Amino acid sequence: MNTKQILRLALTVSVVSLLAGCWERPPVDMVQHGYRGTGMAQVYNPRTLAKQQDLNKVPVALPAAPDDGPRAKDIYKNVQVLGDLSVAQFTRHMASITQWVAPQQGCVYCHNPANFAEDSKYTKVVARRMIQMTQHINGNWQQHVAETGVTCYTCHRGYPNPQDQNGQKAYWYAAGDPAHKGGMLGWRDGQDEPAYSVAQSSLPNDPFSPFLLGAQNIRVQGQHALPMGDNKQGTKNAEWTYGLMMHMSKSLGVNCDYCHNSRAFSSWSQSSPQRVTAWYGIRMVRDLNNGYLAPLKPVYDADDLGPKGDAPKLFCATCHKGAYKPLYGQSMLKDFPELAKPSTDGKPLHPLEGEPAPEERKQVTAAVAMP
Amino acid sequence: MAMLSFEKKYRVRGGTLLGGDLFDFWVGPFYVGFFGLTTVFFAFIGTALIFYGTSQAGVFNPWTINIAPPNLEYGLGLAPLMKGGLWQVITVCAIGAFGSWALREVEISRKLGMGLHVPFAFSFAILAYVTLVVIRPLLLGAWGHGFPYGILSHLDWVSNIGYQYLHFHYNPAHMIAVSLFFGNAFALALHGSLILSATNPAPGQPVKTPEHEDTFFRDTIGYSIGTLGIHRLGLFLALGAVFFSAVCIVISGPFWTRGWPEWWNWWLNIPIWS
Repeated sequence: MNTKQILRLALTVSVVSLLAGCWERPPVDMVQHGYRGTGMAQVYNPRTLAKQQDLNKVPVALPAAPDDGPRAKDIYKNVQVLGDLSVAQFTRHMASITQWVAPQQGCVYCHNPANFAEDSKYTKVVARRMIQMTQHINGNWQQHVAETGVTCYTCHRGYPNPQDQNGQKAYWYAAGDPAHKGGMLGWRDGQDEPAYSVAQSSLPNDPFSPFLLGAQNIRVQGQHALPMGDNKQGTKNAEWTYGLMMHMSKSLGVNCDYCHNSRAFSSWSQSSPQRVTAWYGIRMVRDLNNGYLAPLKPVYDADDLGPKGDAPKLFCATCHKGAYKPLYGQSMLKDFPELAKPSTDGKPLHPLEGEPAPEERKQVTAAVAMP
Repeated sequence: MAMLSFEKKYRVRGGTLLGGDLFDFWVGPFYVGFFGLTTVFFAFIGTALIFYGTSQAGVFNPWTINIAPPNLEYGLGLAPLMKGGLWQVITVCAIGAFGSWALREVEISRKLGMGLHVPFAFSFAILAYVTLVVIRPLLLGAWGHGFPYGILSHLDWVSNIGYQYLHFHYNPAHMIAVSLFFGNAFALALHGSLILSATNPAPGQPVKTPEHEDTFFRDTIGYSIGTLGIHRLGLFLALGAVFFSAVCIVISGPFWTRGWPEWWNWWLNIPIWS
């Protein structure tokens, strides 16, 4: 390569990097999130935020239906959830689900048009379970979803398979085997693969299995300024932790300072109140993945499963999609009170494989006490 | 006070930028000049205001003194004295003192009949400071984006600003700046060890000459940059490091609002392999 060629290459690289649109411009919006001078602030590009607004418009709710007349479970066959609604309310709910989850595909996405009652389509079984999950979230996880609550639309937004703000899949599988084995470097644990799941950093690309399915604690920070030998956490735990945090930041469209004062990540007294909500969020997602998503594995088609044969599971991006609160805190639940709490007195119908019994579920919830 | 041997060359009239002969005098070993006076003025006011501010906050531990900039809500306006106004006045004093000092260096350089290398180099440090407390806050639209004045508090600020962009080590200008800082430290280590060795020979041996130094490095690494060259290299590395430090913070926020790892998508998206 002569000098001219090298210069041409350098020029090409710089032009490409400029044209790739890899810069933004002032004015930018900053939101102060801590005492003045701490540098705790959220950084927003108002142009990006304007696009984001469009993705978070709430669909107009169908007009409320009268509560009189016979109950749905007495009129229709095989109604295992929402059966206490009136027929009109039940129909309204089904129409809303279609609008929220499968507007292109319509009723037949879940139902056999010849017999709406039968469970021949697996999507119907999954949908029923998701309704129970939604009720469980709204009824038992108010520490995270508050009165705002969630509906099918919070995750689905018109797509049967939830997408995030960038059109990427808003659910996760356990990472498959790497395309390139580490060779002499051995086990890479999904690192150095600029993965979307960890905001394009070199961190492990599946930080979800340890924390959002497994129950590992996030306690990697030492208690002293100097190593005293009492911190038994390894480098791996720190990398998983940072990987998960990258995902949380990207999913909520916030930076680390939203919850933490980085001078002492672990200190609750120096953190923002949002960190408490996020702490419950991690426990909620873990509960949902173990209680609802992972056990659906036998129900799915083979091509719905991940590279390791596991069911799709949810994480922060599933609901948040780049917004600090899903749908920027607009509540759809108020128009659909039937989703506000479990409609079966906490008794799950048709428990699926690996599902904790109601008593255990209660313990999981009770264990969620602040440290 | 006795005069040092080289002071005769230094203690000459003229070369002032402002004030003519009026301030062209020495106090003991120190040249004063117009900018010496303004340096003392700004430095005294600024320091006194820091003491005042911390006394009002009741903080007397030097480590935890914290004079914080205003809340972002004050934008580019003036804030009440105890709510960031002090920080604003102290910032003016600091810029006044640093600028005066640089100009005093210019006057001394002129007296010595030498180039302006010293004030030129110092002005990079001033540029870095001004970038942090003036240029970037102007671009972001609020004085509250400046860093707080305090030994620990300014470090906490640096940490949180880094985490605003998730992982600051992916900031391309930060990468360049860090490389130049390391390069600078490496060059200084090579140079310092060489000079100490050459001037502290074994007992009974003469002090080594530059030819000896050149030969040592030509033998060990195949190249010697030379006695003048090492100082040019040092200046280049140091100023480059400071310049790219200023760049890496001024692009964080005004020209990039997301995590720095994501910025590298242009690299991943180069058509050669994407």
